[in-house]
Amino acid sequence: MDSISLPVESQPSMFHAGGPAAERIAQLGWVFTSVAVAVTVVAVAVLIAALHRRRSGRTQGVGPFEDPRGPLRWIVTGGVILPAIILAVCFVCTLLTQSAIARPPRPVVATIRVTAHRWWWEVRYPGIAGAAEVVTANEIHIPVGEAVQVELVSNDVIHSFWVPELAGKTDVIPGQTNSMWLQADHPGRYLGECAEYCGVQHAHMGFVVVADAPADFASWAAGQRLPAGAPAEPAASAGLDVFRRSSCAACHAIRGTGIAAPAGPDLTHVASRTTLASAMLPNNRGNLAGWVTNAQSLKPGSEMPTIRLNGRDLQALVAYLEALR
Amino acid sequence: MTPSGSTSPAATAVSSQLSRARLAEIWETPADLRGILSSVDHKTIGKRYLVTAFVFFILGGLEAVVMRAQLVHGDMHLLTPEAYNQLFTMHGVTMIFLFASPVLSGFSNYLWPLMIGSRDMAFPRVNALSYWTFLLAGIFLYSSFLVGQAPDGGWFGYAPMTQRAYSPGLNIDFYALGLIYLGISTTVGAVNFIATFFTLRAPGMSLDRVPVILWGTLTVSFLIVFFIPALTVASTFLYLDRNVGTHFFDAANGGHPLLWQHLFWIFGHPWVYIVVLPAMGLASDIIPTFCRRPLAGYTFVALATIATGIVGSGVWLHHMFATGLPPLAMSFFSGASMTIAIPSGVSVAAWLATIWYGRPVFKVPFLFMIGFIILFVIGGVNGVMTAPVPFDWQLTDTYFVVAHLHYVLLGINVFPVFGALYYWMPKMSGRMMSERIGRWVFWLMFAGMNLAFFPMHITGMLGMARRVYTYPSGMGWDAANLVTTVGAVVFAAGVLLFLVDLVRSLRVGPLAGDNPWDAPTLEWSTTSPPPPYNFAVLPTVRSRYPLWEDRIPEGARSIVGRGPVLDDGRETIGTSPLDADPVAVLHMPPDSSWPLLLALALTVVFYALLAVSWLWTGVGALLVFICLVGWLTPSRPSRGAGED
Repeated sequence: MDSISLPVESQPSMFHAGGPAAERIAQLGWVFTSVAVAVTVVAVAVLIAALHRRRSGRTQGVGPFEDPRGPLRWIVTGGVILPAIILAVCFVCTLLTQSAIARPPRPVVATIRVTAHRWWWEVRYPGIAGAAEVVTANEIHIPVGEAVQVELVSNDVIHSFWVPELAGKTDVIPGQTNSMWLQADHPGRYLGECAEYCGVQHAHMGFVVVADAPADFASWAAGQRLPAGAPAEPAASAGLDVFRRSSCAACHAIRGTGIAAPAGPDLTHVASRTTLASAMLPNNRGNLAGWVTNAQSLKPGSEMPTIRLNGRDLQALVAYLEALR
Repeated sequence: MTPSGSTSPAATAVSSQLSRARLAEIWETPADLRGILSSVDHKTIGKRYLVTAFVFFILGGLEAVVMRAQLVHGDMHLLTPEAYNQLFTMHGVTMIFLFASPVLSGFSNYLWPLMIGSRDMAFPRVNALSYWTFLLAGIFLYSSFLVGQAPDGGWFGYAPMTQRAYSPGLNIDFYALGLIYLGISTTVGAVNFIATFFTLRAPGMSLDRVPVILWGTLTVSFLIVFFIPALTVASTFLYLDRNVGTHFFDAANGGHPLLWQHLFWIFGHPWVYIVVLPAMGLASDIIPTFCRRPLAGYTFVALATIATGIVGSGVWLHHMFATGLPPLAMSFFSGASMTIAIPSGVSVAAWLATIWYGRPVFKVPFLFMIGFIILFVIGGVNGVMTAPVPFDWQLTDTYFVVAHLHYVLLGINVFPVFGALYYWMPKMSGRMMSERIGRWVFWLMFAGMNLAFFPMHITGMLGMARRVYTYPSGMGWDAANLVTTVGAVVFAAGVLLFLVDLVRSLRVGPLAGDNPWDAPTLEWSTTSPPPPYNFAVLPTVRSRYPLWEDRIPEGARSIVGRGPVLDDGRETIGTSPLDADPVAVLHMPPDSSWPLLLALALTVVFYALLAVSWLWTGVGALLVFICLVGWLTPSRPSRGAGED
């Protein structure tokens, strides 16, 4: 597992804003960070001055017994009035930011339903005007410059949906549907994470948000709506048989083949995705083979079992999966 | 305690060896096994609390060091995810429940009667029960490691991940039952502190003259009485969901997972103040000694303590900003969370003013106080950074919060505690600790603390979520994590050096004398270590700093070393709640084995519940009943026998 490098260009810094919500929050963050640093610097400076200031007179014995006015002025000014003013200003900034990002800058163009599972994300784009639904996993495509609504439901425990460069967290809680909106202002790939501890593989529950230019988004969506084509090559065709025979078909669905188990990610277009195992591995031939045969050592405790296949079957299966573009 | 107002405390000139010998005979616990198991002396109990809490501190620290080894860089395989999740859960449970709070109970138990000029706590046997249940609840929680099923749901144990469907082992049963059991210990301890505060202060120690630690512990005792029930209810629901088939947290059957979060944080946020307010009190009592002047703004500091407790009870929702709550509710809790900065600001300003107007003496305890003030400020402002709702949506559940909570818990609990150990160890053991080694301990801990936790602010802002057993390399998190691990090792070295110094000083440390720091409060007027009866004669107090009264006219000074002896059995003076006018001579109970037996019976109950054996639960409950009957049966009226 040494060669893992996630297929995202940027680091998921909350100050590296890729959209309007993260932008506003980052501004608020800078306000609070600056205030925090300033208060710390001043307090430590006063502390150092208090410790080392020159003192006159006797150096032995106990000092004044009754409080002079001085200390009380410190407390009222430094402990009450100054903090109250600073906090009031900060609180107003907070309310302004909160109301600014409550709704997207313009109407949403799509609603995406994301279902959190232990430990992966199911993503559905409802069919519009007779078009088929898009079902994918761990990869959310959005049109750049447009806002989309994300409805979040959980299949099991509490998770939290977080794309640091685009927006803050929204928890995904069984028994309720939380919603939030996403908008990216630049085409690109943004790493997402589950931020709420959700069990043994919480560490490997990432996803990728891909902001596409409008034309790219449209062609991506059109491609995803199609069922899987019949395998063109003999190797891939053998792979489909392996898929049916082995335990794969017990959990996964491939539209167009009649294989429709709901437990794991829909694999109809798995080869079009850039990552495997919830953004844990880049999607390539080697990782695909490794994931199929070795899931429990790559991601111990996940629901994906380690599948025993002979070399020929594995090659055929991977050839088939790689053809699911 | 039985008030017997008819016995009027005769003011007797004392010092006769005879009366000291007689007091020793009345109060001393025999050094045999039975004595050890039945002692109700608050000093013994306090020291046991401190030692036990410290053992848990070491265990929790070792857990942290192992975790930091796993996280030293990305994609490490030192630990399995299960092992990591058990370690981070038990690290939190240990530090929060088995160290941070009990260590302060230890100080309060040891110091309160000495500071307020009394001979024991109000309910000495309840005090013993509080310790034994703490010890046994801790052992109960740690016995989960013996079966390899330590709690693994985080110290916050969010449902429904903790439900049987997602956590089939015993892990969460240990957690739920352990917290209920520990709640008994904390609650009876809190009741004892409240009763002691309002009945046992020395004559003349009116409310404006009590040491600040008393305000801290009193405030948190009320918080405990009010808010531990929320945790107990939540844990009971959890146990029932898992073992009896109820659906409190099960959304599919009409329950709701957020019920757990509300109950847990209604308890959990006040708990943060429960583990810091008494420590802030320790600081407020130590700083004046080394600034050679009284605490500036005593009244403000006392009121700030109470205000923090009250406001801190209404901020729990800020742990839940990302759960999809109504915006108005969030704004309210956001504002309340920021408001807490004001009482904290008052305390910091008071300490700074005390230093500014004082004449600092740079001894080791004071170094820890300086470190504490700096860490308090950082832990305060980075807490304010998490208060605004939108920014919290980014920061919550990242390493930034790990940084914040460690600045709070290490800065405002551990640093004052280590300062307090250096400060009061001479009183407890009669021997001084080393100034030279102590400076090393301080600097190692201070440097290690900042090396370990400051970089976490950055890793959090760079998007690293908490509670991950590993992380990918190349995300910009590697360097900060490496520094964090180095810092953890440096900090651990400081703690190790402290242990070396402690053992050395207990054996060969120079004798301390009664008052090595020229400190102002009553505990320094008795011998080091104090005799079993604390004070040969009970003092009368006329100021906040009874041992610093040179400038007060002779007639207005506190009376220490002259006064009532009270040696007709185990006796101490009961006083009125506000002005501490003497109102009664209280007969205190003798040593008793019932607290230990009751705690053992409770342990039977909890292991039976763990095994879901109703038969054995019934047997345990019967044993509990028998112990309670034994406890409450009046002993034959003999000299000094009384009832709690």
